[in-house]
Amino acid sequence: MDLLKMFLMILSMAGVTYLIRMLPLVCFRKKIRSKYLLSVLYYIPYAVLSAMTFPYILYSTGNFYTALIGTVVAVVLAVFKRSLLTVAIFACLTVFGCGFIFF
Amino acid sequence: MSKKLSFNNGISDGLPIGLGYLSVSFAFGVQASILGIPFYMSLFISMTNLTSAGQLAGLTVIASLGTFLEIILTQLIINSRYFLMSLTLSQKVDESFSIGQRFFLSAFVTDEIFAVASNKRGLINKKYFFGLVILPYIGWATGTLLGAVAGSSLPVQITNALGIALYAMFIAIIIPPAISVKGVLPCVLMATALSSAFYFIPIFANLPNGFRYIISAVVSALITAYFFPIAQEENNKNCQKEGD
Repeated sequence: MDLLKMFLMILSMAGVTYLIRMLPLVCFRKKIRSKYLLSVLYYIPYAVLSAMTFPYILYSTGNFYTALIGTVVAVVLAVFKRSLLTVAIFACLTVFGCGFIFF
Repeated sequence: MSKKLSFNNGISDGLPIGLGYLSVSFAFGVQASILGIPFYMSLFISMTNLTSAGQLAGLTVIASLGTFLEIILTQLIINSRYFLMSLTLSQKVDESFSIGQRFFLSAFVTDEIFAVASNKRGLINKKYFFGLVILPYIGWATGTLLGAVAGSSLPVQITNALGIALYAMFIAIIIPPAISVKGVLPCVLMATALSSAFYFIPIFANLPNGFRYIISAVVSALITAYFFPIAQEENNKNCQKEGD
């Protein structure tokens, strides 16, 4: 991709993201009342993150097996409610360690 | 009456967020450099977007030579959660915010900043909010720059290991509510199943990544919301939890 197109794509990403954040703070003062719409908005982040994570996480490290073990470690730590940073760091360390076994 | 929140209160609340962002955005920078994005473009993404999931998705679209429509729709869906957060914050900021300042500060609404700001008692003034966002913003930009510059010279074992960082963070966001809030687990499983179907079934091979995310997420959220509607208070409470 040429740099100009990349630049314009990043600008449009930023523009859309900014509008989503800005419009409610600047324009709307009313609350959304539709229970269904509020529920959809509530579930969207979890649905998005799930769809982005699976199955892509299994191919994120260059080796299926290190990624699989890293994923299991992340899930276990998340079940025990560790912080985002803890989960991320231990998943990386696991993949790093396993890298010496599987390569 | 509680004491008025100061700029320094904001700085100290923002420090842990900034440190977290520094390391997560380092991983983002490394990933971008591996995909062949010049370091200044990576920095530009982080300084104008300030959002992990949205940036990762945008990166995927750019790296796969996607279209403007794809990248705009992807951001619209993935970042739609900020709409709800800003809406909540709009009821939470005091009258010290002028319209111009609302325009400016709305650029800094992230999961973590929202979580901290909305958990404060009473209304929030602009000095506190400005103090709160400054270190996370610097951390996010600095980490990206360091990762993007270091990316190509890091040993492959380290870049491989960092490849899982953002995904692991997403898992840490998804799993706790999947256990504690009815409806989130079916939603997560449905989105995972759809996304995997798009990935593995050959007829979908030409469907761009961005659209795979969007279709999987929207379909799962629409269906889950129908069967497991969320009560209003639950909604606010869990928006805050998300960024813990």
